[in-house]
Amino acid sequence: MQVNLTLLVVVAALMGAGVYLLLERSLTRVLVGLVLISNGVNVMFLVASGRAGTSPIVGSSDPEGMADPLPQALVLTAIVITLGTVAFLLAMAHRSWQLNGNDDVQDDVEDSAIRKLAIDDATSDSYDLSTKGQHEDDPVEEGA
Amino acid sequence: MTALVPLPVLLPLLGAGAALMLSKRPRAQRAITVGVLAAIVVIAALLLVAADQDGPQVVWLGQWKPIGIALVADRLAALMLLVSAIVTLAVLLYSIGQGMTGDESETPVSIYHPTFMVLVAGVSNAFLAGDLFNLFVSFEMLLFSSYVLLTLGGTAARIRAGTIYVVVNVLSSMLFLAALAAVYAAVGTLNLAQIAQRVDDLPDHVALTLQLLLLVTFCIKAAVFPLSLWLPDSYPTAPAPVTAVFAGLLTKVGVYAIIRLQTLLFPGSPLTDLLLWAALLTMLVGILGAIAQSDIKRMLSFTLVSHIGYMIFGVALATTTGLSGAIFYVAHHITIQTALFLVLGLIERRAGSTALLRLGGLARFAPVLGVLFFVPAMNLAGIPPLSGFLGKVGLLQAGLAQGSWLALVLVAGGTLTSLLTLYAVAKTWALAFWRSPEQAHEMMKLLPGTGDSHTEEDAATPQLVRHRGHVHVGSVAFGERDLAEAKRVADADEPDRDLYQRVMDGSLPERLPLSMVGPAAALVLVSVVITFVAGPLFGFTDRAAEDLQERTPYFSSVLGEDTP
Repeated sequence: MQVNLTLLVVVAALMGAGVYLLLERSLTRVLVGLVLISNGVNVMFLVASGRAGTSPIVGSSDPEGMADPLPQALVLTAIVITLGTVAFLLAMAHRSWQLNGNDDVQDDVEDSAIRKLAIDDATSDSYDLSTKGQHEDDPVEEGA
Repeated sequence: MTALVPLPVLLPLLGAGAALMLSKRPRAQRAITVGVLAAIVVIAALLLVAADQDGPQVVWLGQWKPIGIALVADRLAALMLLVSAIVTLAVLLYSIGQGMTGDESETPVSIYHPTFMVLVAGVSNAFLAGDLFNLFVSFEMLLFSSYVLLTLGGTAARIRAGTIYVVVNVLSSMLFLAALAAVYAAVGTLNLAQIAQRVDDLPDHVALTLQLLLLVTFCIKAAVFPLSLWLPDSYPTAPAPVTAVFAGLLTKVGVYAIIRLQTLLFPGSPLTDLLLWAALLTMLVGILGAIAQSDIKRMLSFTLVSHIGYMIFGVALATTTGLSGAIFYVAHHITIQTALFLVLGLIERRAGSTALLRLGGLARFAPVLGVLFFVPAMNLAGIPPLSGFLGKVGLLQAGLAQGSWLALVLVAGGTLTSLLTLYAVAKTWALAFWRSPEQAHEMMKLLPGTGDSHTEEDAATPQLVRHRGHVHVGSVAFGERDLAEAKRVADADEPDRDLYQRVMDGSLPERLPLSMVGPAAALVLVSVVITFVAGPLFGFTDRAAEDLQERTPYFSSVLGEDTP
């Protein structure tokens, strides 16, 4: 099987940028990251389908020279699914902004309760390292 | 009989469309959705009999035999279909009883029924899929409806829980897609049977990479430690019936996919050690998390994660008895976990809360509810002679029969987990049901910073002793965590109204609607029935496990008799 190096580089770049954005706190950035990753995966399907060829219509060209149509059908399905996911995540980011005034991915209430305990507890200094970097407006500080 | 195979997918999809059209006429909508699910129960039962007697039932959609999409109902798939159909029917009836469609004034359109139908279609399709891409699509169908159901109403808590859930699952879907691209590049097909036959020709490292990619994907869906951390944060915030169906079914679809992956696609490379370690850690970390919880919903979510470990244990053994035990345990656990969450919804409705600190004396106010909780809870803990006990014994015997030291460690870990589960549910039982409501009320008052007590009074209370990081109230010790929980509960919407005060006020709902108790009770009954039919069921799962190990019935029925 022949592999197209350009496409591989594109996949790597898209995935890398996507993962970087995914590590952000803001849901919009996470969303953009997911879009980049999904595009990377879609290009990966093109890599998987082998070399490019003529259109896969029987009778129009030699069957040996045709492109493999199946991965493209799969990518089409994947694109539709991703589109739906993006729409849903956008709605969620909007709702989050309506409710909180930001679209940050928030800590779980129970998790922040545990963290609050650690902050209150003078004897536990194992948590100091992880709480020093907290912002003033962190929802944890307001108390759960 | 093969004509029946696509129906468990088609009927709910058509039902979803009809329900969406009839959103202005709730009675017709309910009739259609209940009818569809009841029909699927019957179809699944027929498929179960057919698959048991005549071998796997296969349909090639559109008759594109080697390149199209196959739907396969073998013994394993048919059993999963039947159990999931029964469970979803019970949950739907329960949610109708709860008035989900009427009460949700926040949602403009009545979307509960259509979404639920799509969820059912996705789950059925995942069990029937004979093609990896079809499996991906069914995962997306059930995940998408689960996103909608989880964020129903769009309250702040649900959006917060939903964000984590959606992002984790979208990421796992992307990983799945990448794995699909790799599989297609390697073997040139996505049909499960064809992949299974061609995978032997691959170099070992390529096959192992493909297997690991798919395994990680399915482990995220199945909530196997360390890929399980998203689950307890997201499940408990959903409405009770939604949590019930999620807890019962969604993780089990992941387990089902792992079973298929390990037995059909890569039987030569069981990854026994890796999976056994994952199973051990899933069991122990999950159950330790469950013990630490002070809210019943979260406690049950953690036990859900923990008990996934048992199923992975059975699959990892890669023996017929291990697989049989795992399949039995999946069937048992789907009913138990769903029943428990439905009963939990009843508790929440009755007592206004599921926080342990607020509950007390439920056994007195609601004895029927006590029985409904007690039976599946003990079943979860594996008290003989219930089905949980039988399933665990089957798995432990399989572990002993396999005999490697790691399997023996797993047997010990499984026993320990079982005991710790008993501890967790017994603690819940003792606090929420057994102690008197006055006791719960007094306890709540005594806790510093809660209810109507203040810090000065705390210091003056003679019974209150701080010792070694615990606060002792009378003879009961509370951790600091419980205090924080008490504070949090007290700061919630209704500051000082625990169950006792609700009883005093007379604001406790007198009776639970029969339309909610009925389905929950029916599901508890089904879980008990599994105990009575355990003998034949184990016979069936043994045959299913033999099929999985042999693989030839699957190949010959999917690809035709002529293939090797």
